[in-house]
Amino acid sequence: MAPHYQHLYDILAHSQGYIFPNEIDLQWGILIVVYPFITGLVAGAFILASLERVFKVKILKPTYQIALLTALSFLLVATMPLISHLSQPRRAYEIMITPHSSSAMAIFGFVYLWYLTVVLLLEIWFDYRHSMVVWSNERTGIMKWIYKILTLGVSDITPKTLKWDRKLGYIITVVGIPSAFILHGYVGFIFGSIKANPWWSTPLMPIIFLFSAMVSGISLVLLVYMIISYFRKKVVDVNVLDAIGKYLFFVLILDFTLEGLDQIQRIYEAEESFEIIKLLVSSKLYLTLFVSQGLIGTIIPLITLAFLQFYKHQIKLRKTMYFIIGILVLIGVYSMRWNVVIGGQLFSKSFSGFTSFKVGLIGLDGTLMAAFWLVLPIGILAFLLWLLPPWKMVKEED
Amino acid sequence: MTGATLGYSWLKSSQVLLFAAEPKDETLPWYGIVIDIQKCIGCGSCAKACKSENDVPVEPFFFRTWIEQYTVKNDGTVDIVSPNGGIDGFEQRVPTEDIFKSFFVPKMCNHCSKSPCSQVCPVGATYESPEGVVLIDEKYCIGCRYCVQACPYGCRFIHPVKKVANKCTLCYHRLKKGLAPACMEVCPTGARMYGNLRDKNSDLVKYLKEHTTQVLRPHLNTGAKLYYNALSGEVR
Repeated sequence: MAPHYQHLYDILAHSQGYIFPNEIDLQWGILIVVYPFITGLVAGAFILASLERVFKVKILKPTYQIALLTALSFLLVATMPLISHLSQPRRAYEIMITPHSSSAMAIFGFVYLWYLTVVLLLEIWFDYRHSMVVWSNERTGIMKWIYKILTLGVSDITPKTLKWDRKLGYIITVVGIPSAFILHGYVGFIFGSIKANPWWSTPLMPIIFLFSAMVSGISLVLLVYMIISYFRKKVVDVNVLDAIGKYLFFVLILDFTLEGLDQIQRIYEAEESFEIIKLLVSSKLYLTLFVSQGLIGTIIPLITLAFLQFYKHQIKLRKTMYFIIGILVLIGVYSMRWNVVIGGQLFSKSFSGFTSFKVGLIGLDGTLMAAFWLVLPIGILAFLLWLLPPWKMVKEED
Repeated sequence: MTGATLGYSWLKSSQVLLFAAEPKDETLPWYGIVIDIQKCIGCGSCAKACKSENDVPVEPFFFRTWIEQYTVKNDGTVDIVSPNGGIDGFEQRVPTEDIFKSFFVPKMCNHCSKSPCSQVCPVGATYESPEGVVLIDEKYCIGCRYCVQACPYGCRFIHPVKKVANKCTLCYHRLKKGLAPACMEVCPTGARMYGNLRDKNSDLVKYLKEHTTQVLRPHLNTGAKLYYNALSGEVR
């Protein structure tokens, strides 16, 4: 079937200034916006979980398993936007069997597998093994067998073995923290290492990605915790929200500072790309950068969180504020991903013009597909919470 | 010791600056390209011949080579155009009395010796031939488009039918038969030439000795082997 070019003629008609002729069409669309957003949620949720496990922040205990299962749900989907974006998706496996050692992207498969199998799955398994053994003994029918299979046949729940479970789980969490840093720092490096693109090429990119990941992951766990409590008809512990809010506040300050530093550096150095980037942020990215990412996703949550550090009255109001902050921060981080991925492709490498981008609704690279990859992990999380309910876990003595 | 190190690093960087060449197989040529901006008349024959020779879609979104027209106005602003990649020639849209100077700049893959596109390819589908020509294995490319992002010169695109990355091969299939690349074959003024950078007696090396040439974006240190004569500062 002959390809259709009408949309390219439309884009060409809306381009401004001079762009290289091969630059009409954006190479990376909305799916590549979704991909770092999802991996960021994974890394952030895991880091929040590790606060409880490694740094003994006991107040966060109700969110520990939720955070781990949230991280797993999103990680299971993380590769899908990438694979569905490839022009040759059936060749995707080549990246694993013949990786090119000098390519930042080639490492993704290994970082991903390491994180999925060695960190998340193992940690969750050690965490749940005791409960799964008990559940397999209590339940009947197919559920008995499902739990039995999930224990991998290790049914020893003597205190000595359980102590080993805890010890190994702890070691994995300790290994998991740098792994989470690598997972998302690396995603930032994919962009930050492209010297051809001045909007991407900054050594701060991995760190900015990492902190924004933590911000988004913490917000997501906060929301998931509140929503689960609502469905379970349980009272949301405002002390838990205050604790999460405190960490979110500090990490958001760091994230804002780093991104601010990056922009100040650009403005002060004012290199050859400065004029085109100035035009980019003041026109094409104005809404998504200043309004959505800056005001809605950063400034308002920061001010509100600062206020909540002191304001300790009216529990219901505080809970509502935390819920709204969680949503706003997620909007902000998604906008940040958009501004990096889409923004970095809107201006020509000739620094003399802009192409335009209009995201379609249907198709493999459309909004519906992107929405599907964002909703699917929520469905997986609901399933995992049903299969492995944290609130029904067998209590262990510390 | 420090002096020796500094001396070596100086020698090394000089090699890169002069010829951007680190040939592995000394029995093979190491190709470089020169484009003389003063000779280009903007006829578009090169871009047309390239599309025809290499089965590049005719639509104005896919080019292995194209020509840009720069018009520097008296007020210092620059007008850059490349309608249909220059295939159909150019019409000057700036009134003559406003023009300070005007010239044409043919663009193509720079066949960088430290090519960012090869560096980032996750499967090694983009590679450098022993002759220093950057090529793509179409049966191997996964279409991730990372190479398109990494090329600072905008020389790559995704082939709309083959669904893999595509770019100038310096007509490698012709080179192997001793023929010149299509764009150079048809150029009526000889504005484009290629040659063996390793052969100090080649016409190309002699040209580089006798002219003040420059590569695009030298600060990016891509080891570009496409040298421009009379390159103006407005060109990127």
